Amino acid sequence: MSNEAAVQEPSYLGAPHGLASWLLTKDHKRIAILYLISVTIFFAVGGTFAAMIRTELLTPQGDLLTSDLYNKVFTLHGVIMIFFFLIPSIPATLGNFLVPIMIGTKDLAFPRINLLSWYIYVLGATITLAAVFNGGVDTGWTFYAPYSSLSSNTSVTTAALGVFITGFSSILTGFNFIVTIHRMRAPGMTWFRLPLFIWAQYATSLVMILGTPVVAITVLMIAAERTLHLGIFDPKLGGDPVLFQHLFWFYSHPAVYIMILPAMGVVSELVAAMSRKQIFGYSFVAFSSLAIAIIGFLVWGHHLFVSSQSIYAGLVFSIITMLVAVPSAVKTFNWTATMYKGAISWESPTFWIFGFMGLFLVGGLTGLFLGAMGLDVHLTDTYFVVAHFHYIMVGGGVMGFLGGLHFWWPKITGRMYNETAGKIAAMLVFFGFNATFFPQFIVGYMGMPRRYHAYPPEFQFFNIMSSAGAALLGIGYLMIVVYLVYSIVKGPKAPANPWGATGLEWEIQSPPITHNFHEMPIVTKEAYDYQHAPMPQREVK
Amino acid sequence: MSTPTTTARHPKLQAHFYTMEQQLEASTLGMWVFLVTEVMFFGGLFMAYIVYRHMYPHAWIEASHELDWRLGGLNTAVLIVSSLTMALAVRAAMIGNKGQQVLTLLLTMALGTVFLVVKFFEYKAKFAHHLVPGPHFDASLEQGMQIFFSLYFMMTGIHAAHMIIGLGIMTYIVINAAKGTYNAEYYAPVEVAGLYWHFVDIVWIFLFPLLYLLGRHAGA
Repeated sequence: MSNEAAVQEPSYLGAPHGLASWLLTKDHKRIAILYLISVTIFFAVGGTFAAMIRTELLTPQGDLLTSDLYNKVFTLHGVIMIFFFLIPSIPATLGNFLVPIMIGTKDLAFPRINLLSWYIYVLGATITLAAVFNGGVDTGWTFYAPYSSLSSNTSVTTAALGVFITGFSSILTGFNFIVTIHRMRAPGMTWFRLPLFIWAQYATSLVMILGTPVVAITVLMIAAERTLHLGIFDPKLGGDPVLFQHLFWFYSHPAVYIMILPAMGVVSELVAAMSRKQIFGYSFVAFSSLAIAIIGFLVWGHHLFVSSQSIYAGLVFSIITMLVAVPSAVKTFNWTATMYKGAISWESPTFWIFGFMGLFLVGGLTGLFLGAMGLDVHLTDTYFVVAHFHYIMVGGGVMGFLGGLHFWWPKITGRMYNETAGKIAAMLVFFGFNATFFPQFIVGYMGMPRRYHAYPPEFQFFNIMSSAGAALLGIGYLMIVVYLVYSIVKGPKAPANPWGATGLEWEIQSPPITHNFHEMPIVTKEAYDYQHAPMPQREVK
Repeated sequence: MSTPTTTARHPKLQAHFYTMEQQLEASTLGMWVFLVTEVMFFGGLFMAYIVYRHMYPHAWIEASHELDWRLGGLNTAVLIVSSLTMALAVRAAMIGNKGQQVLTLLLTMALGTVFLVVKFFEYKAKFAHHLVPGPHFDASLEQGMQIFFSLYFMMTGIHAAHMIIGLGIMTYIVINAAKGTYNAEYYAPVEVAGLYWHFVDIVWIFLFPLLYLLGRHAGA
């Protein structure tokens, strides 16, 4: 150790020491760690609410939680998981860590703004937690007017304010990535040499900067209506509550792509590395990210098929919704084609990407059911919808996040985790997830509505299955926390490139030095040049 | 002005940039991207405006007549002149003219303050005439007028908040300009503050006709 330290510059983790050096850091890698810790905490909080929901639904009677309390529990589960976990999960952690390194620069373009974004996140999160302890909020995560703006007597204003503030942390992250990717690429790092993770982050950032401000002004209108008695959505004054739904979904549908696009970027990296092959159809995968981001802005009306939207508008939104499936399918086919005849190694990241593809496939295809206007009338506000978006956001988003975390963990921490534990956890999560959510497609199709704490007894079998699966899922997640934390303490040291992967991040030491590179890298190779990539090497020589 | 050498780093060049040009380009692109988010932020309000004006065309003309177009017009002129002085301030920074920078920045701030004072008196009159939405709103008025005033206060209020933030930024810039911080090599903060100021002006250029001038064309 002392010998090594003498020749090596200390890593970003070691220098400098102390709590203040972390809380005032401008290093993108340390900010990524701060975010990682905070989103993990909020995942646990949101998960606790999910556990309460699943426990209540074990029996058909509403016996554990009163209906009012149940309303608050599912609202908080949604608000926390979406705004405080899923949206920042990959961009603010893996994205923050990897974007500057992958493009060959020392930091994001605005390091202070990057730190500010974390503080804004913490402030928004604190305010939202204050709403939890101050009577909760019961509007559903969608804050639909006029219930949210006029009727609900829970802490809607506080929760809306928390969401408003947190939105700015997401805007600042996206804004930082866009400027960094445009202006800070290393010499030779042309647009078409960028890793596909960067393309995905870029597309995500576009959605963040174009969509988030709209939801910010929308929840601000709700807050103004509640506190200042401005009448904007109030039907008594001639206002139109459906306008709220349009404005809300203009952001909140693209927000789904904020959750899934970065996961797709992760999968593109992992598929190439784990099958040791050049990605199939690089430019198609790159442009499909942009296509998803752009088309994603034109489909929000499929949330309003039964909200008095005109049938012609519904028709157009239905067609465009089908269209957004095309770039998603392009990606899935290209990943499969990449693996075809590849040298696939069965490491734990491989398990996560296989899990991702299976779940995303189911989630994506059931999205077509819901995008079909006629069928959607039957399925609206049933558990079918709940199952669908969990397959996308948890099956896609969280599996991608965890896959990426397992892949880059040696780079981030400089330690190897237990491979066997990683594989077992991936299997637990995959099977637990399917056990939880697949039955919900069935009960949903049979007509069980979402957001009720009681249900007819004939649905109990499926709900017990769902709750049992959720327990399995919870054990899987807990296991990950345990072995990853254990690896920091006791795990063997990671070499620079344990997977034999390409990309600038694998050419520097694990964990990296504060400025990432000893000298400015000059890029001469295409991305995913696996013909000339080094072989995997797990031990430090 | 100092003469740059190829080896010495400019004291204002941050550690993660390689050249001053890269730093300037990043700052200006950053502000443009930020302004895109601002367009979307105000865009939500403009969308609501379009929907309700389409629903209540007559009430909106009535409501618009309650606003004083003379004061609105005065404020428009004030802001356009402040954009000119701001542009001159950026020019002065680029050529490193300290006195001119301070003078034009102070003028810009003074004009911004005039705008806010006029706005204050306009708001005050709305309170007196029971045109502020809520329980005290004049109930005899046509359906839709209250929504107009809700959007009026929201749009002009958020615009005024941007002006106040702008004045804060100007204060920081003028203090640094007085210290002689900005010159041909390093003027990015002035340029970026200028972009912000122009944007806030442009928002007003849209707000003025949309709120004050409905149904005021000849023959109406």
